[in-house]
Amino acid sequence: MRLGLMASEGDGALGFSEYIDHHLQHLASAKQEALFDASVLHWDTLFFALLCAAVSLWLLRKAAKRATSGVPGKFQCAVEMLVEMVNNQARAMVPGKLTYIAPLALTVFVWVAFMNAIDLIPVDWFPTAAAALDIHYLRPLPTADLNTTFGLAIGVLLLSFYYSIKIKGLGGFLHEWTCAPFGMVKLSFNPLTWIGALLLGVVNVFFNIVEYGGRTFSHGMRLFGNMYAGELIFFLIAGLGGTVTVAGVALHLLTGSVWAIFHILIVLLQAFIFMMLTLAYLGQAHSQH
Amino acid sequence: MNLNATLFVQTLVFLILGWVTMKFIWPPLIAAIENRQRKIAEGLAAAEKGEKSLAEARAAANEIVKEARIQATKIIEQANRRSNELVEEARGAALAEGQRLISEARQEVALEASRARQQLSKEVAALVVAGASKLLAREIDEKAHADILEQLALEIERG
Repeated sequence: MRLGLMASEGDGALGFSEYIDHHLQHLASAKQEALFDASVLHWDTLFFALLCAAVSLWLLRKAAKRATSGVPGKFQCAVEMLVEMVNNQARAMVPGKLTYIAPLALTVFVWVAFMNAIDLIPVDWFPTAAAALDIHYLRPLPTADLNTTFGLAIGVLLLSFYYSIKIKGLGGFLHEWTCAPFGMVKLSFNPLTWIGALLLGVVNVFFNIVEYGGRTFSHGMRLFGNMYAGELIFFLIAGLGGTVTVAGVALHLLTGSVWAIFHILIVLLQAFIFMMLTLAYLGQAHSQH
Repeated sequence: MNLNATLFVQTLVFLILGWVTMKFIWPPLIAAIENRQRKIAEGLAAAEKGEKSLAEARAAANEIVKEARIQATKIIEQANRRSNELVEEARGAALAEGQRLISEARQEVALEASRARQQLSKEVAALVVAGASKLLAREIDEKAHADILEQLALEIERG
């Protein structure tokens, strides 16, 4: 695989670290200089994320259209088991209406699982195919792109703001920001209490920022870290296959199979964890402090 | 580690996916699941009811069979009694008939005997008369001595 890629690059001197570097390059709309640049898009991430979204929606829609209350087919059964599982989890974790939250959790689980599953496709297939189309950089795994995982985590953050305001009202929401976790000084005519209230408010706001920020960061980072690490290990294993020797090929086969099998677990587990955290955070938004 | 506009697009995609699922995917699936749950519950309830009514029917059938058995025994008993009665009746009738026949026969015999005796005495009388007349060589006027002959005959009869 690696040899093929090297041949397609027309550069015989491509070493192993360059190979990995190359595989970690996104197909970006422009060269990015800073950590954050709103004028750049990752075409590969968007393409594969939307492809996965389309596939998951298509599959779920197929099941939904065929859904009967009679004897279900195997596919419908599987989807229904999934739906029921998500529904039960959502009901257990969110004390409120689930009209949007439960479907969102379902989609997130299926979508993230599909995106993660791209990791199981041999690491050189997509880049090599893309190279044939004169596209020289491609990372097909959307969940190993921080933009995806943080994008989802921020979506959950926004939704938790929305549900907080919806359940507790804007006043309650702001009250929570200023009065939790340390409470508030009882105001009186003594100016000292005003200063105390101000200080405590600032501290509370700070803690809330840390709480929301840390939660969102870890939410996005957890999925990203797992998938990025998994991807890297696949690159390393593919590197073993780069030496066409008995040992290289045998090791590639062995480690590649073992890691891929193990990765099936990670793919589903991380998708599940992402869904559960989504539900947990949205559930917290429903509860009063 | 490049954060860029992809982030916002992915956030939007995420929210839109949730909306699409809510609108087009979740309701039919959950409706199908809930319908099936209801159907299964109904089916189980119906099965239970069927079982109960089956048991009831079985009990009723048993009751009917028991009653029929009792009835049958009663009928057989009755038939036995009736047949006994008939036999008794027939025996009684036969006995009576027999008695009657016997008594009739007796009467007949007695009659026959008396008739034979009469006949005999008459014949004896005639013989006596014939003998006497032979002895006397002279005809006894039968008409004139009929009463004597009668008397004689009676005496012989009494014998």
